[in-house]
Amino acid sequence: MKLSKLSALAMTTALCAPSAFAEEMANELTLVSWGGAYQASQQKAYVEPYLAANPDVKVIWDESSAEAVAKIRAMNEAGNVTWDLVDAVASDSMRLCDEGLAEEINHDEDLAAAPDGTPASEDFGDLIVSDCFVPQIVYSTTFGYRTDLIDTPDTVCAIFDTEKYPGKRSLQKRPIDNMEWALYCDGVAKDDIYDVLSTDEGVEQALAKLDTIKDQVVWWTAGAETPQLLADGEVVMGSTFNGRLFSAIAEQGQPIGMLWDMQSFDLDGWVVPAGLPADRKARVMDFLKFATDTQRLADQAAYISYGPARASSAPLVGKHAELGIDMAPHMPTDPANSANVHVYDYEWWADNRDDLNAKFQAWLAK
Amino acid sequence: MTDISHSGPVLAADGTPLKRSLARALRMQKLRALMLIAPLLLFILVTFILPVADMLFRSVENRIVQDTLPQTVEALADWDPASGQLPNEAVFAAMAADLQVAAEQKTHTKVAKRLNYENPGLSSVFRKSGRKVKKWDLATDGPFREKLIGIDDGWGDIELWRTIKTYSGTFTSGYFLNAVDMQLGAEGPEIRPENERIYNTMLVRTMRMSLIITFSCIVLGYPVAWILANLPARKANLLLILVLLPFWTSLLVRTSAWKILLQQQGVINDTLVWIGLVDDANRLVLINNELGTIIAMTHILLPFMILPMYSVMQTINPSYLRAAKSLGATDWTAFWRVYFPQTVPGIGAGSILVFILAVGYYITPALVGGTKGTFISNLIAYHISTSGNWGLGAALGAILLAVVLLLYWVYDKVVGIDNVKLG
Repeated sequence: MKLSKLSALAMTTALCAPSAFAEEMANELTLVSWGGAYQASQQKAYVEPYLAANPDVKVIWDESSAEAVAKIRAMNEAGNVTWDLVDAVASDSMRLCDEGLAEEINHDEDLAAAPDGTPASEDFGDLIVSDCFVPQIVYSTTFGYRTDLIDTPDTVCAIFDTEKYPGKRSLQKRPIDNMEWALYCDGVAKDDIYDVLSTDEGVEQALAKLDTIKDQVVWWTAGAETPQLLADGEVVMGSTFNGRLFSAIAEQGQPIGMLWDMQSFDLDGWVVPAGLPADRKARVMDFLKFATDTQRLADQAAYISYGPARASSAPLVGKHAELGIDMAPHMPTDPANSANVHVYDYEWWADNRDDLNAKFQAWLAK
Repeated sequence: MTDISHSGPVLAADGTPLKRSLARALRMQKLRALMLIAPLLLFILVTFILPVADMLFRSVENRIVQDTLPQTVEALADWDPASGQLPNEAVFAAMAADLQVAAEQKTHTKVAKRLNYENPGLSSVFRKSGRKVKKWDLATDGPFREKLIGIDDGWGDIELWRTIKTYSGTFTSGYFLNAVDMQLGAEGPEIRPENERIYNTMLVRTMRMSLIITFSCIVLGYPVAWILANLPARKANLLLILVLLPFWTSLLVRTSAWKILLQQQGVINDTLVWIGLVDDANRLVLINNELGTIIAMTHILLPFMILPMYSVMQTINPSYLRAAKSLGATDWTAFWRVYFPQTVPGIGAGSILVFILAVGYYITPALVGGTKGTFISNLIAYHISTSGNWGLGAALGAILLAVVLLLYWVYDKVVGIDNVKLG
């Protein structure tokens, strides 16, 4: 008994010694994401292969991405950052970067190049909207409608047409996207939307347009609400993230159709909190390089209908892992779906979000 | 009598004056009591009072501007915004110097975020400029006025400089003014334009709806508590479990259940349409409005009303009612004049509990309140976790706290806090 214990001890020391010498990386990794199908796709596409290659590592998930900015700020002030890598939307990553709460990334040095040697910064291209941001996916906020309750709409302006498409609509309870759609449907040219919205009259115009359907709108705050409202027949059309609509349509077989017109592109990606100890940061950067390479991003698309952020991943997108259907036609970036898209201006919203939100909330409360 | 007054202070057995010896004994006793509660006191101080105080302090704290832009703030002291002229070259040079240091430490975007609350658009002016100013040589690259305006027109706007000057103090009233729909204009505090006013409306709505919820809890809870108190113990215990059952169910589950019941294609509407009471085309709107919040929150808070009322009613001796009736009172008079006054402490305790809980609720209103049924706490939550404007969130929280304390004080004056009993 004693002997076996001793020999076991000797063996573990013998095994550990060389690895302890070679590795200065922490063996625990706390990842923060959104939960649900999205986090599951990250688990299957990045984390499981990474753990297979690094069996010593333990990954802990925290489903707090919705409060990423507030929590990282609080951790930073307390001097105890417990998160290693955080999944955040592009606008949150900009704010974290602005406040010095996120680590700046050298995209070419820290991330893998494309298989053909294209450096990461070119492979991601314009999607690198902030120095602290490593894009993962392109998603869109777009509309779904009940195929059995209303005629097939072909333009986003159908949401403002309550005569042709009677019934309630669900919209996200925030000014972003809704103000732009309102102006677009009020005759403002797509390129002029932000110029118009920069003036007080423009804001009034957008709210006046929204006023025409105000009593027909159910406002949502969580992405799961619109698919549920559509399934219940509470609303006949509504905006939400395209992946949510995909799972309602393809996985649950609901009578819902996609309206891609003027879909609003947005990005989601990784952010490294500032001030991590060296061993933890080394582990994070190792994981980050692996998890954002061309193949991994393409793999993720087999589990959820969000477009990979690398140009080099697009040709590798295959079939859905369980349903076996082609994923490419369900991607927001597919040419057939992206004929007319709304490109949301991060910089403009970073400046005007607080101001517009006050006006939007005041309008809602009226 | 005169004897005592002449014989000096009364002495204790050891010769010290009795008064002092008593005081010492009392002090020892108090100290011992304090030692006993010290762990709890320390715990509350460290985990509750200090963090709350720290958070509330953020509603007035404003060091960031003078810490990040010290030279600019000093140079701006001589500039008069009312002159209608841009500040002179010295101010621009100071700004360039400050920006260079700040950009190096990546603090220029932090101060920009602070100033952007007061003047939307500033954050991109600072973000854009920081990167370029970093490369300048301060000694030779002047004049900076043209150079800064060359990077962004924003530097040529008097409003930008007025904002920096106005918000350069160590403390600011900006957050509190914003929290009551006001702002610091060129001539002191002024009311915000109508399309930005929201917080007063929300505060009044929160108070009004919390009162309605408290009242509905009294109306619904009183008979239940009465039945509980007057049933035989075995049956009462069974019913009590039913009252407590909601506590063991997740708040989100209970709120979502109300969604399924109340929505237009939900159980209640379906039943009413089936019976024929409601026309299919005109289903009732029971959720995503004030009514939805009132129904769901009344249900969720009801146990907090029933339990204190029940424990007070249990202590009421049934013979009082019998005595009243035997003296000729009708059922109503016996209830209203004899029974009801004795239950007031229970109603008071339940009302305070329910009202204070209701004022701070935000999850349920967010889920079932739509736009007309949300509370001010929803906006506080928005500023703390989404917009990141903690100063404004803290100011709103401080106002809410003050209003609740004020109501508590009024309650104490009117009903008397000694009249509240939890059992």
